[in-house]
Amino acid sequence: MTSEIIVEAAAVSKRFGTRLAVDHLSLEIPAGVCFGLLGPNGAGKTTTLRMIYGVTRPSSGTIRVFGIDIARDPRAVRSRLGVTLQQNVLIEALSPEENLRVFGRYHLLREPELSRRVNQLLDFLELRSHERLPVRQLSGGFQRRLAIALSLMNQPELLILDEPTTGLDPAVRLALWSRVRDLTATGTTVLLTTHYMDEAQRLCDRVAIISGGKVIDEGAPAALIATHLAPETVELDCTPEEEPILLGGLALPLRRRLRVGRRVMIYLQDASSLVEQIRHRDQGDRREMVIRPANLEDVFLALTGTSLEGGQ
Amino acid sequence: MSLSIPHALAVWRRNASMYRRTWKWNILPNFFEPVFYLFSLGIGVGAYISEMSGASYIAFLAPALVCVAAMNGASFEVTYNIFVRLTFEKAYDAMLTTPIEPDDVLAGEILWAVTRACIYGGCFYAVLAVFGLTPLPSSLLVFLLMPLAGLLFAAIGIVFSLRIPNIELFSFYYTLFLTPLFLFSDVFFPLKERLSEPWLWVAEALPLLHPVRLARAAFRGDLSPIVLWDLGYVLGLSLLLLAWARRAARQRLMN
Repeated sequence: MTSEIIVEAAAVSKRFGTRLAVDHLSLEIPAGVCFGLLGPNGAGKTTTLRMIYGVTRPSSGTIRVFGIDIARDPRAVRSRLGVTLQQNVLIEALSPEENLRVFGRYHLLREPELSRRVNQLLDFLELRSHERLPVRQLSGGFQRRLAIALSLMNQPELLILDEPTTGLDPAVRLALWSRVRDLTATGTTVLLTTHYMDEAQRLCDRVAIISGGKVIDEGAPAALIATHLAPETVELDCTPEEEPILLGGLALPLRRRLRVGRRVMIYLQDASSLVEQIRHRDQGDRREMVIRPANLEDVFLALTGTSLEGGQ
Repeated sequence: MSLSIPHALAVWRRNASMYRRTWKWNILPNFFEPVFYLFSLGIGVGAYISEMSGASYIAFLAPALVCVAAMNGASFEVTYNIFVRLTFEKAYDAMLTTPIEPDDVLAGEILWAVTRACIYGGCFYAVLAVFGLTPLPSSLLVFLLMPLAGLLFAAIGIVFSLRIPNIELFSFYYTLFLTPLFLFSDVFFPLKERLSEPWLWVAEALPLLHPVRLARAAFRGDLSPIVLWDLGYVLGLSLLLLAWARRAARQRLMN
C-alpha cells in the first residue's frame, strides 16, 4: 500500500453565524484505512464531512481530496467518492433496483454498465429478496443497506459513512461492518462518523476524537487506550462521600479515575488486587463491580469529560 | 458557470421516471379540466355573450386557457413538488453527494417544470382541437409558446420556493398571486376595453398577460409587432429570475 493521502484538511474552520462549528481542524487520512471521526452530537462531525465532499464551504482553511482542492473542482472529487448520509435519502415509491438506477444516472452511468453495477450491489448488500418492492415497504435495516448501496454506485475510492448503523438491530450492524471490511480489504478508503465506540474499535484503523469542532487526539484505538488509560477497568457505584473511604490510600498504581454520576471507573494494569482490596474494605458486603478491558468510550470520557450520548 | 447538461438531464430524468409510473392517473384530470371550462364558460356564460373582441366568447377564451394550463402545470411542479423534494425527501442532499452541482439541480427542475407545462398545455390544446376551436395551422404556434410560458412560471415559482421557510406559505402564492393573475390577465375579458390608460400600463407588469396575448395572436394568425414586446418580457423576466434562482439555490442547497 502506498502512503498516499486521500483526505487532507488543513486548519479548517466553519462558522454558522456566531457559532463556531469546526475550529481549526486538521486531518490526514491515508489511502486504504478505515478512519473514524468520533464525537458527541454537535461536535462538528457532519459539518466536517460536508466540507470534505464540498457542499459546505469552510470559512477558512483548505481541504484536498485525492490531492484536488475541493473548492476548485468539486465534481472531479465527488465522481470518485460515495457518501451515505445520516438520514436515508431514498425514493420511497420506487424499488431498490430503480433507486439504484436513478442514482447511477447521477453519475452518468449508461447501459450496460449501469445494470451490471445495479446487479452487483443488489448482491453485495443482500437486497435481492425485495429488489422489486417499493422502498416504503422495507424495514429500516433494508433501507439502510440500500442507502449504502447507492453510495457505492460509482465504485468510490473513498466511502464516507455518516453514522452508518445508528438505530439498527445488532444483526444488521454486524452485517454492515462485515461489508465495510470487505471494502477496505479491496483498497477502498473509508471515513465514518459514529458515536458507538464499539463500532469504531472494531472497524477503524485510526480514529480522531473531536469535541467542540477540534481534534482532541488521534491514533489507532489500541494506542489511544494505552496512552491515556490502562488495560483494565473496574466499574462500581459509589457516592462522592464514600469514594475516599473506599479508594483512598490504596497501595496500587491507579492510572486514572473517572466519575459519571454515581458510577466510578478506575483504570489500572491489573484489576484483581484492587477488587480484593475493595472487598476487604467493604467488610463482606458484596458490592457489585464490573471488571472489563478499557475501551474507546473510556478514552473519550477521559479526554472530553463528557458522556457520549447527549454530549453537552 | 458550472452547468453540466448531462447532469441536469439526470435530475430531469429522476422526475420523469417517477412520473412515468403514474402518468396515466396524472394526465387524466388534464383532459377533464378543459371540458369543464368549455361547458361552463363557453356554452354556459358564453350563451349570454354574443361576441368578445370580435370573436365568440368560447373562441376568445380558448387560447388564453391553454396558457393558464401551462402556467398551472409549471407552478404545481416548482411549488409543492420541489418543496417536498427539498425539505422532506432531501433529494437534493443526495444529488449533491454525486458530481451534480446546484446549477444542474436548478436546470433539471426547470426543464421538468417546462415539460409539465407542455403536458398540461398540450392536453388542453387536444381537447380544444376536438371541439374545433383550434384554427389550423396558425394555432400550432402555441406549442412554441407553452415551453416559454412554462419557463416563466417555473422561474417565478422556484424563486419563491427557494426563499420560503415553510410549505404553508404556498397558499399565499396561489391565492394572492396566481389566482389574481388568472382573473386579470386578459383571460376572461379584454383589459384594454375595461381599464383606463394608466391602469393599462400597470397591467403590462402581469406575467400571464404576455403569454395570453401571444397565444391569441397565434390563434388569430396575425403577428403584430407587439408580440416582440411580449416575447421580450417573457424571456427577459425568466432570465432575470433564473439568475436570482441560481443564487438562491446555491444558498439553500449548500451549507
